[in-house]
Amino acid sequence: MTSEQIRQVIIDILERIAPDEDLTNLDDSVAFREQMELDSMDFLDIVMELRKQYRVQIPEEDYGNLVTMDSTVSYLEPRLKDVESAV
Amino acid sequence: MMYDPQDDRNRIVITGIGLTSPNGNSLAEFRANLLAGVSGVVPYETRYMPPVLAGVCDCDVLRYQKRKDLRRGTRAGSIAVYCANEAVVDSKIDWENFPRERVGVYIGITEHGNVETENEIANIKEFDYDTNFWSHHHNPRTVANNPAGEVTLNMKITGPALCIGAACAAGNAGFIQGVQMLRLGEVDMAIAGGVSESIHTFGIFASFKSQGALAAHEDPAKACRPFDTKRNGIVVAEGGGLVTLERLPDALARGAKIYGEIVGYAINSDASDFVLPSSERQTECMQLALKRANLTPDQIDIVSSHATATEQGDIEESTALHRVFGESSRTVINNAKSFIGHAMGAAGALELLGNLPAFEDGVAHATINLDEQDPRCALTNIVANEPRQLRDVNYIFNNSFGMLGINSAVIVRKYK
Repeated sequence: MTSEQIRQVIIDILERIAPDEDLTNLDDSVAFREQMELDSMDFLDIVMELRKQYRVQIPEEDYGNLVTMDSTVSYLEPRLKDVESAV
Repeated sequence: MMYDPQDDRNRIVITGIGLTSPNGNSLAEFRANLLAGVSGVVPYETRYMPPVLAGVCDCDVLRYQKRKDLRRGTRAGSIAVYCANEAVVDSKIDWENFPRERVGVYIGITEHGNVETENEIANIKEFDYDTNFWSHHHNPRTVANNPAGEVTLNMKITGPALCIGAACAAGNAGFIQGVQMLRLGEVDMAIAGGVSESIHTFGIFASFKSQGALAAHEDPAKACRPFDTKRNGIVVAEGGGLVTLERLPDALARGAKIYGEIVGYAINSDASDFVLPSSERQTECMQLALKRANLTPDQIDIVSSHATATEQGDIEESTALHRVFGESSRTVINNAKSFIGHAMGAAGALELLGNLPAFEDGVAHATINLDEQDPRCALTNIVANEPRQLRDVNYIFNNSFGMLGINSAVIVRKYK
């Protein structure tokens, strides 16, 4: 997957987890939680969805990499480089 | 009795009603359909088994919740949130300024957690039962206080909030808990009643089917037939009925509309069987409620029966009703399950609430689908198929029984 495809995967997950939020103006360099209502249980949903859809196992010590869209995409890029996008 | 019934502070009144039933999403709609003979039973698909019949609700849950709340919570929670908000709005209390730590939430449930557990098992089946795919939402969704807890989160209520597990007597049990907590001075308002999300668990249908107690009929509206010779079981329904309860002086001080006063109640146990009811204990339960209310059977105008349209259940309740009310020509008997099916935790609540407007219009709604009364259900005063105009309705008596032999009765008096 390209970084653009990974970004779209995350957007799709966020739309499901936070269906009341408007994500069109999401700033990729700012923490998700500063831009939308997202608590720790929602955050675990992101981890769970990535596991379900792409079998990516994200260890707890790496959760800090999933703070912004930019950091999430850079963290996932090497892990998903050989995975076909389902988007 | 531990409290002084003469003290007005111990007189507990219903001041607001919120409900969703398979045939109505407000008291007005529900009542109109009960009087017009409109059923809420429809064909319904559930997992793993052929299509069934069910009572399905279509209330606008987004009136009080966001889409995210729906995703996070449970159907029972959502129904509870809808009903609790509707009740508070209906009560016209100054909610913004009401001390939320003085509000108690007491919600009867028949079962809870089956829906989410079945969903998660279906989910991990897709992953070869790898439990790494089991949701972190499972526990907060399945704890037994979930529906009451969701109400507190939604309405910022910081007082005590409990679910009361009482099988199909749960709706009455919720009301009773509310009354008791107000009399104890634990709270100044109780949001009380019962809810059901039971149509979303295949297990409840499959279990009734295996027990030979799941209703079937080519016309869904005719499937639930209490007291009828052709009855063949239960129609499972979802729904909710919650009320605001207050002490009489508080309600009067703010000029509240008073739907009725809960003047008597009783809960007892058969201690005899997991599923088969006992007319002896049911009789004792009804008599205890009358005694506590200082009433005789011939003062009761309407008895809302529990009858679920099972073979034995209807016979046992009829026997008990005949023993208690057989000599009372005044008392008529009706049944709301014939319209909406068995709303489980909500059943007792909805069935009482659907009768309360009789205090104003004097009409007893019917028991529909009663084409040929089972002679073993020896009741002479069933309101069969068409509503009946009574002279004056002052007392409504609500039966609600459940598995493991729990019996309950609540008596409401017209406030005047």
